Amino acid sequence: MTWNNDWRRVRAIAWKDLTTERRSKAGFNGVVALGVTILVLFGFALGPDAQAMRDASAGVLWLAALFAAVLAFNRSYQVELESGALEQLLLYPGSRWTIYTGKLLANLAFVGLMLVIVVPVGIVLYQVSVPATWPALLGVLALGATGICTLGTFYASMSSRSRAREVLLPLLLFPMLVPALLAAMQASKALLNGDMMHEAGAWTKLLVAYDVIFLIATHLAFEHVIEA
Amino acid sequence: MAEPTSDFAIDAQGVARRFGTRWVLRGVTLRVSPGETVGLLGANGSGKSTLLRICGTLLRPSAGAVNVFGHDVVREADAVRARIGFLTHSPGLYDDLTARENLEFAASMLGIASADVDRALERVELTYAANERVRGFSAGMERRLSVARLLLSKPQVLLLDEPYSNLDAAGIAMMSGIIAELVRGGGAALVVLHELAPAAGILTRTVTIQNGRESTAAGVA
Repeated sequence: MTWNNDWRRVRAIAWKDLTTERRSKAGFNGVVALGVTILVLFGFALGPDAQAMRDASAGVLWLAALFAAVLAFNRSYQVELESGALEQLLLYPGSRWTIYTGKLLANLAFVGLMLVIVVPVGIVLYQVSVPATWPALLGVLALGATGICTLGTFYASMSSRSRAREVLLPLLLFPMLVPALLAAMQASKALLNGDMMHEAGAWTKLLVAYDVIFLIATHLAFEHVIEA
Repeated sequence: MAEPTSDFAIDAQGVARRFGTRWVLRGVTLRVSPGETVGLLGANGSGKSTLLRICGTLLRPSAGAVNVFGHDVVREADAVRARIGFLTHSPGLYDDLTARENLEFAASMLGIASADVDRALERVELTYAANERVRGFSAGMERRLSVARLLLSKPQVLLLDEPYSNLDAAGIAMMSGIIAELVRGGGAALVVLHELAPAAGILTRTVTIQNGRESTAAGVA
């Protein structure tokens, strides 16, 4: 019964976040526009050498996704702060982790949708041919997005009540994401080049370990962060 | 585990709260019995809302203790939350959701049937705006919707921070009716007020907070 109630809360929060975002539109359009702009600007910096652009494509793609996702994380708590809704959220009885999981699922859907648009744009801009290993590449994208959203949602809750939250979030988040980004970039790069040296597997295992560790740690720590 | 019992709906003993170096509350003792509606008065910055937020688990006391029907607000916060209805100063609504969607979200968070949503909307006379987004609501309509959300949980203790603000005459009568109804059913209410007049008909007594301490406990004629 408790599990049913908890799951109901998780779904309610994810639905609420996605519905308010879909209706306001400003957030998603801004996130996608930033992602595409970063791809274009890095393209200018690296071009016109087509080989250099292809070599850098995996790294640039993940950086564009990260910078754009930070906007989404900030926004997911801004909606709660606008009219004191965060306090109301805290007044509901029940497990605190449900708030975190609901927001995490909404952010995953949001970032996933952003990647659906930004990745094809990156493939065209950087003249990358779609590899035969594309299903594995999709798996790496999902694992990388999970890592980014897990910590992004967590640190956004921590920084949300600070006046300097826009600055604080990247300062907290980026150093912690280095292992996940490195693994996601290297696995993606190997897969885009056909994974001749069978490197992608090891990097993917690191990404899975990172996601599992931080999914557990953030769920355990969230109650202490949000009640502080 | 045995349910804690208490003769008091709210039992605050020596509650102090500090923000930085400034003590806002310096040892408030206040007891509210079931069936009582207590008005909390005081100048701006006197600590009325701080005391209410401590009773509502939104703030922890720096010293002292508060129990709600025998449950400690720090150690048993979840049990306290299940018994209170807290109307905060800000509405806490989502502008891009409709009135009904806001209440359905609250119902999901509370684990109650969404059938209660229509009854709550009817009680605050907002049925006509049920499918409109909150973004277009007046401050008074937002207040009514916040009250409707409060009714969903059928609280035993009402914590109300300036509940009459932004309400017209009909809204004031409705609010007094809702408070009186809940208190008659064995509950209690602690109401922060700037003006006594709107609530005068329903108050059992008033308590004034001055210099971080309760200074007056007066019956209301």
